[in-house]
Amino acid sequence: MLIGKPAAIPSSEITPKATYLNRRNFLAGAAIAGAAAVTGVASRDLADLVAPALTAHANAKIDGLQKSPFSTTEKENPYKDVTTYNNFYEFSTDKEGPAELAKNFKTRPWTVTIDGLVKKKQVLDVDTILKMAAPEERIYRHRCVEGWSIVVPWVGFSLSELIKRADPLPKAKYVEFTTLYDPKQMPGQRTSVLKWPYVEGLRMDEAMHPLALLCFGMYGEVLPNQDGAPLRIVLPWKYGFKSAKSIVRIRFTGDEPLNTWQQANSHEYGFYSNVNPNVDHPRWSQAKERRLGEFLKRPTLMFNGYDQVASLYSGMDLKKNF
Amino acid sequence: MALRFTKLAIFLAALVPLGRLAWKAFHGGLGANPIEVITHSTGDWTLILVLTTLSITPLRRITRQYWLIGVRRMVGLFAFFYGTLHFLTYIWLDKFFDIHEMLKDIAKRRFITVGFSAFVLLIPLALTSTTWSIRRLGGKNWQRLHRLIYFTGILAVVHYTWLVKADLRKPIEYGVVLSILLLYRVGVWVSQKRKPTPIPTPAGSRPEVTKA
Repeated sequence: MLIGKPAAIPSSEITPKATYLNRRNFLAGAAIAGAAAVTGVASRDLADLVAPALTAHANAKIDGLQKSPFSTTEKENPYKDVTTYNNFYEFSTDKEGPAELAKNFKTRPWTVTIDGLVKKKQVLDVDTILKMAAPEERIYRHRCVEGWSIVVPWVGFSLSELIKRADPLPKAKYVEFTTLYDPKQMPGQRTSVLKWPYVEGLRMDEAMHPLALLCFGMYGEVLPNQDGAPLRIVLPWKYGFKSAKSIVRIRFTGDEPLNTWQQANSHEYGFYSNVNPNVDHPRWSQAKERRLGEFLKRPTLMFNGYDQVASLYSGMDLKKNF
Repeated sequence: MALRFTKLAIFLAALVPLGRLAWKAFHGGLGANPIEVITHSTGDWTLILVLTTLSITPLRRITRQYWLIGVRRMVGLFAFFYGTLHFLTYIWLDKFFDIHEMLKDIAKRRFITVGFSAFVLLIPLALTSTTWSIRRLGGKNWQRLHRLIYFTGILAVVHYTWLVKADLRKPIEYGVVLSILLLYRVGVWVSQKRKPTPIPTPAGSRPEVTKA
């Protein structure tokens, strides 16, 4: 096999963002006109359906943000930390990798399949989901299983808003989240570092807890691709890997889902993965954490300081159910 | 004369990783978690330099560039230098001299245990790296002692393998290189059992102490 250097693309050949966004507008416009001609639907109505998609590119401001009582008053980490230090194995196992590799990731059109134990299976456009409730800013602590933490002003609303509308059957005891599988766009998926697609799961009462956030933005803007655009969950009392990114499927089940990390190593990663300073990772201590930007480590708090979730686990042996 | 220039060049080259790290540290180029970058970088370079010292004997025999032995000591000492920086990063930047925490780590965390052992085994090698020590110990004994580097190499690769979360590609790469270098020695040992071959030494150099 010959390993050659790829030819450098002269910068003159790289399409400026504004131009290609316009091009997409044009193509979408043409598609709408075509669809309208075929279906006889007024093209303006169709355009209204598609229009939000065209304006929702990274760094677009999200208007009408409401404050949340769940927000911490701790100092937020700079935007740069949260966008250049990412665990997103679909793109790279290096933390600086995703920022570059996810640059051209397509977040529109995007649909989310809702199935499993529900009254009616649905395929929802992400922009329909985004309009289900008023966006809130929630400043959460975020603790990685690796021993570092950050404070991020996420944007979204409670996951329960979506679950209520999904209408799960009483038999549904768990919710499973699946990340997009698209090795063409996600180079990390061309390796077998983890089993793809990435799957995460929650018990129904955990998913319905008001702290569980359905997230589509941060720092008052649309979620950057490397942080799990266009739609992810954020579970501040659990280790970061539980907060599935770039979700395409939400499935309700009667049995506990097997999440990807548990599948990779069930001895080290459990279903619950609640932040717990008293239960060490088999290979390293979880008693302390390094808040990015700080020199000395700080003690890790039970449930990452979100004591309001403690009642979900009363009577459970958290050493066994790690 | 040429060897002196080569040595100077290698000396300067071996300082480049540290220089780069320092430059980045002062220009905010170490990213969101600088301590992690420093830990990984010093660890990587320790392993690379350990493998480099281990490759000098095979290289020298295969290419018949016997003068290469003249740079091995320096490369080995640089491996120890980066190993020390890696260890200092751990005790200072990571644990902040919390002895209690560190003792717990060494006893409980097997990747720390093997990493620590790999480093400890380097200490006698660094201490006996002088020409005086070689004379004092005698070539044979010195050589026997310095075979500890094989164990440092193995322990260091195990240390790396045990600390990664899921992506084993890099530890495997190091492991493959190490295996080749160690298998070469097994091969030499087996063939020497059959017929001993003397290795020529350049005139005026140190006594021969490099057999496999």
